[in-house]
Amino acid sequence: MKVRPRDAKQAWKEDFESSANRRDDGIETSTISGVPVKPLYTSEDLPSRPEEMPGQFPYTRGIHPTGYRGRLWTMRQFSGFATAQETNRRYKYLLANGQTGLSVAFDMPTLMGQDSDAPTSRGEIGHCGVAIDSLADMETLFDGIPLSKITTSMTINSPAAILLCMYLAVAEKQGVPFATLGGTLQNDILKEFIAQKEFIFPPEPSMRLVVDSIEYCAKEVPKWNTISISGYHIREAGSTAAQELAFTLADGMAYVDACVERGMRVDDFASRLSFFFDAHIDFFEEIAKFRAARRIWARWMRERYGAQDERSWKLRFHTQTAGVSLTAQQPELNIARTALEAMSAVLGGTQSLHTNAMDEVLALPTDRAARIALRTQQLIAYETGAANTIDPLGGSYFVEALTDEMERQAEVYFKRIEELGGVIPAIEASFFQKEIADSAFRYQQELEQKRRLVVGVNEFMVDDEQQIEILRIDPKLEREQVERVKAVRAKRDQARCTKALSELRKAARGKDNLMPYILEAVRAYSTEGEIMGTLIDVFGLYTEQAVI
Amino acid sequence: MSPKAAVKPVRIVMAKVGLDGHDRGVKVVARALRDAGYEVIYTGLRQTPEMVVDAALQEDAQVIGLSLHSGAHMTLFPAVVEELKRRKATDIVVFGGGIIPDDDIVALKKQGVAELFTPGTPLQEIVAWLKQRFPEGG
Repeated sequence: MKVRPRDAKQAWKEDFESSANRRDDGIETSTISGVPVKPLYTSEDLPSRPEEMPGQFPYTRGIHPTGYRGRLWTMRQFSGFATAQETNRRYKYLLANGQTGLSVAFDMPTLMGQDSDAPTSRGEIGHCGVAIDSLADMETLFDGIPLSKITTSMTINSPAAILLCMYLAVAEKQGVPFATLGGTLQNDILKEFIAQKEFIFPPEPSMRLVVDSIEYCAKEVPKWNTISISGYHIREAGSTAAQELAFTLADGMAYVDACVERGMRVDDFASRLSFFFDAHIDFFEEIAKFRAARRIWARWMRERYGAQDERSWKLRFHTQTAGVSLTAQQPELNIARTALEAMSAVLGGTQSLHTNAMDEVLALPTDRAARIALRTQQLIAYETGAANTIDPLGGSYFVEALTDEMERQAEVYFKRIEELGGVIPAIEASFFQKEIADSAFRYQQELEQKRRLVVGVNEFMVDDEQQIEILRIDPKLEREQVERVKAVRAKRDQARCTKALSELRKAARGKDNLMPYILEAVRAYSTEGEIMGTLIDVFGLYTEQAVI
Repeated sequence: MSPKAAVKPVRIVMAKVGLDGHDRGVKVVARALRDAGYEVIYTGLRQTPEMVVDAALQEDAQVIGLSLHSGAHMTLFPAVVEELKRRKATDIVVFGGGIIPDDDIVALKKQGVAELFTPGTPLQEIVAWLKQRFPEGG
């Protein structure tokens, strides 16, 4: 008698379901974002579509045919603290240790467009980044660092145009032509309204400044990434992976719409749009998110916006490991968390990466912690073999299915945003803000109920937490910075400065591109606060409705 | 014996002081306190110490909860306590949350901040602390 062999899949299902050996500890098996996952994925979960290849539309498997066989990702550690002089020293230290690009963190007064001697700057100077008040500080920041040899990323939004002009003015002084400058300006105001809340002007004039800088750079600084459309802050504010993906890409499309409305051709600016995502702790979900992001962007750029140039279809992104996943408890564990998150970014094909330092949950990183973070990337690049195969998880039943799921969820959000009238009306209706706050609260409740565990926080605690060394900002630096900005004002050619600011005010009332006016004000050593103040006079200030 | 008077719920003004806009923590705590039966008034972002104390007095609040993630807590938290002293409202209890190193917690408590909660604190711990401070309300 012949026994028919058991169908392998059916047999597994029976074995799994009848097994007494299954965990029943009440811990969630869905992703950290709440996406249900099955215990096993098989060929049945694979989408039926032609095989995708790296370097080919829709770029799910990567934008380069060579992956990291061509060029490794840029190891770009975000740093900045205290004064320009202190930060300049840290940059030289990082470059000497093999870092391949700079990334400037500004302090809160700089991010909010005010000078160090403004009353509300008290206690904030140099704490979460470097204090920059005028071109004089920017000259110090890049002293001895040739801008022709490095690329620089600047994380700044409402005052982004001013800081870019300061960088351009430093390049002028170093004799480096604008056309050769490489770098990235965050310049993403929409996610400020949505998540990080460092807005100053209302949405409309804010968007004008963004489009002005994109338009100006398309002509004058063609190798500059004019915007880094950021999901990072959306995720850190508590969104799910799919919300991060959807809201970020929706923002991207809103910028494309605004530039097209200005009269620009998509292919003249789209290749200089870049993205910035979070690498959170849920390993496979993150990889799926990165892969889905490329596929969605390529489709929308080609099909909705009619971009012809392949470079316009390719979503390039920077990644930072999740600050919010770090714990103050047993902080050394953050090294392990960061390594796993960084690995997901690499397997997801990131173009550049920042790895957090273990002590960033407590303060800005010490030299030692910053070096370990950078070494973690070097270890992934050179020891693990992860960079040797392009999109190594392509074809994984699970990762492919999850990539499709991310895409599906994002498309649902695009429809909802469109129904609300687009990104800006949705911001004004607090749509994003509420969605994010709901997700953050849901996650916190899961922690409280121990349906999710965070090692060292709600399980596996220790009684004697060891203190780790942290970086302290000397209060003396605050006073020195205040003196410095006052000295700049006393020393400069006041007539040139006044004229530049008055020209800027006039231009702001009209329709001219404001970049040349801001650049002239910067060259005249107008301070950041003075330039912003001039624009606030014309544009006004934005306040948001506070929703819990 | 007269029936016990209805207990007035404790009113809490939750505020983001300083320049940073990271409002995830303050919102999650505000919701949890509201769910625990407190009356929560959230002021929104970028409040100066004067604005926070104004809000607390106007709202007749017994508690002020401060949130800050920019590193300016050593300047701004004591400034709220000082402002309460100046306005003779030191009966209002101030607590705070954010990225605050242990040494700073000790120093801030000495300066009159009643309690500080750092990332990873269970919400129930904050509620339990309030229940202990205000056994009558909430």
